[in-house]
Amino acid sequence: MNDSPDSSPAIVASGLTRKFGGVVAVDHVDLTIPRARIYGFLGPNGSGKSTTIRMMCGLLVPTSGSVEVLGNQMPRDAERMRTKLGYMTQKFSLWEDLTVTENLDIMARIFGLSKHERAARIAELRQEFDLERIAKQRAGTLSGGQKQRLALAAATLHRPELLLLDEPTSAVDPQSRRDFWESLFALVARGTTILVSTHYMDEAERCHGLAILDRGRLVAEGAPKDLIRDIPATVIEIETEDTIAARRAIEDDPAVLSIAQLGTQLHALVEPGTTEPVVRLREAIERTGIAANVQTVRASLEDVFVAATGFGGRNRTH
Amino acid sequence: MLTRIMAVTIKELQQLSRDKLTFGMIVGIPLMQMLLFGYAINFDVRGLRAAFVDEAGTSGSRALLADLEASGVVRFLAPSADVANLQRRMNAGEINVGVIVPRDFERRRLERERAAVQLLVDGSDPMTDGVAKALANAPLPARNGIYASRVGTFEVRTEYNPERRTAVQIVPALIGVILNMTMVIFTAAAIVRERERGNFELLITTPVRSWELMAGKLIPYVFIGMLQTTLVLVAASLLFDVPVNGRLPDLYMAAALFIAATLTLGLLISTVTRTQFQAFQLAFMTMLPSILLSGFMFPFDGMPKAIQWFAQVLPLTHFVEMIRGVVLRGAPITDLGVQAAKLGVFLVVALAIATLRFRKRLD
Repeated sequence: MNDSPDSSPAIVASGLTRKFGGVVAVDHVDLTIPRARIYGFLGPNGSGKSTTIRMMCGLLVPTSGSVEVLGNQMPRDAERMRTKLGYMTQKFSLWEDLTVTENLDIMARIFGLSKHERAARIAELRQEFDLERIAKQRAGTLSGGQKQRLALAAATLHRPELLLLDEPTSAVDPQSRRDFWESLFALVARGTTILVSTHYMDEAERCHGLAILDRGRLVAEGAPKDLIRDIPATVIEIETEDTIAARRAIEDDPAVLSIAQLGTQLHALVEPGTTEPVVRLREAIERTGIAANVQTVRASLEDVFVAATGFGGRNRTH
Repeated sequence: MLTRIMAVTIKELQQLSRDKLTFGMIVGIPLMQMLLFGYAINFDVRGLRAAFVDEAGTSGSRALLADLEASGVVRFLAPSADVANLQRRMNAGEINVGVIVPRDFERRRLERERAAVQLLVDGSDPMTDGVAKALANAPLPARNGIYASRVGTFEVRTEYNPERRTAVQIVPALIGVILNMTMVIFTAAAIVRERERGNFELLITTPVRSWELMAGKLIPYVFIGMLQTTLVLVAASLLFDVPVNGRLPDLYMAAALFIAATLTLGLLISTVTRTQFQAFQLAFMTMLPSILLSGFMFPFDGMPKAIQWFAQVLPLTHFVEMIRGVVLRGAPITDLGVQAAKLGVFLVVALAIATLRFRKRLD
């Protein structure tokens, strides 16, 4: 971040593929991730998010294809990149039997900070990530949110240009998640590029750019609001007392690509180009004698996700 | 470079100081094994359970049996009425040795061609066998002057251990066994544990190099090994009166070389295993051959050639020779160059394999 503004992309993946035995974990992923942005990987468990991030860190060798990180080929140039990358593993990977300060001190030594720099930087991080109160506590006794703040502090200790965060908020309460994202935006404002994987829609929506992964393939990519605008389906919201009967009334309609329930509402994704989709669904439901309020609505990121991942093989059950 | 190694070492020491159980084992294992082996492993067997059948019932036979018991080697239980009963009692494990004095004992004493007394020995216990054989050479009572003395062909003088105390033979080599056990398991577990807990995934994305990581993790255990060596030596001298005839610096040099070799073995194990459980199993797999084949318990030269060759791979084999050389024979380390060189070769080869296998990758 001390470099002059660099317009080259932070990460370029082309045809990136990784197999584990016969299983294809990542399948020909092409991606270009710009600098000084928060870029999100959205996908269910097993969609290849972690494997992709690990290839970007140089921890796994691609079976085929390539990935270039900050202009360096991975994993070939991995060692040269160590000081420029910050990585936060999915599972807490600092030492649970050491205190917060001890953990930071070890990491600072490993990154080669001098005694003076260490003290200053650790004090700074304790302030920034609200670790002051728990500085002498062992990491194993921390809450999920505290552990995650410590892990982020450790990952940013050496002021990396690129932060790779693998599902950082999966074990964290909503308030801590919000605080965590505030920290991420603060880092981006200072020029850091952040790649974060998640399966939370609200988090994905906060990213500048988003890649949706499904079974190892990149199925959609773009800014969240563009993805929402360009969703390849008409989103119909059905508000009714009897959601089960309403679902049954429309689920066999070939134009209905998927149905998801949200409380007393159903979200139906309808084939684009269907004539009068609202009338069509309302009539189908009213024929069974149920009252329903049917209208077209703006797509949510969840709808985008469902559409991108193949409509859950049509007729989603939830 | 140095700061990164230091970082790993500091972390390891901090963790060790928190892990009370492991810390206890560092001190506890050597002392416990020392006491167990030092006292229990005893080749000078005394008080073997025995019974006799005295078919002769003469004063001479009674004198012989009394002499045998007076030697302290056997302890006679109730006598048996006949040989069959004696055999039954041995079968049942009640006795290890049976003495049969035949009816014609007095006549046999006069004939030199035939043995006067039959000794029944439980061969299922190797030690019992040896002692019983020694018993068989006991002279007959000289009371009636017929066999005044039976002078052996050889006079035996035992060097370095004139009293032939087993502790003197066992305890120095025990340093090797204890180090072998703790060093291999501690290092194998210490590295695999990081992998298992996920610390490894973080560490390998940092600038720390593979060998720096290994060195940093091993350094604390070198000191622990030295501490254990000292502990066993002090205990050996206090409890078992085992002398150190050689020079202490020689002893510690030999120990340092052996510690390095066992640490490398642990390192090697850690590179082929994924879980601590696997690491323990593999470590134990190397333990038993080390104890049994190194010459610690059984004479090395008595083993088949193939086994002797195999035992060359085990670091303990060479260390047992070195430590007995230094502690008991007072040999300077320079006289033990061959063994030291063999340990060195093991160290270099194992380290090379471990380094090649140790990758900063997850696949």
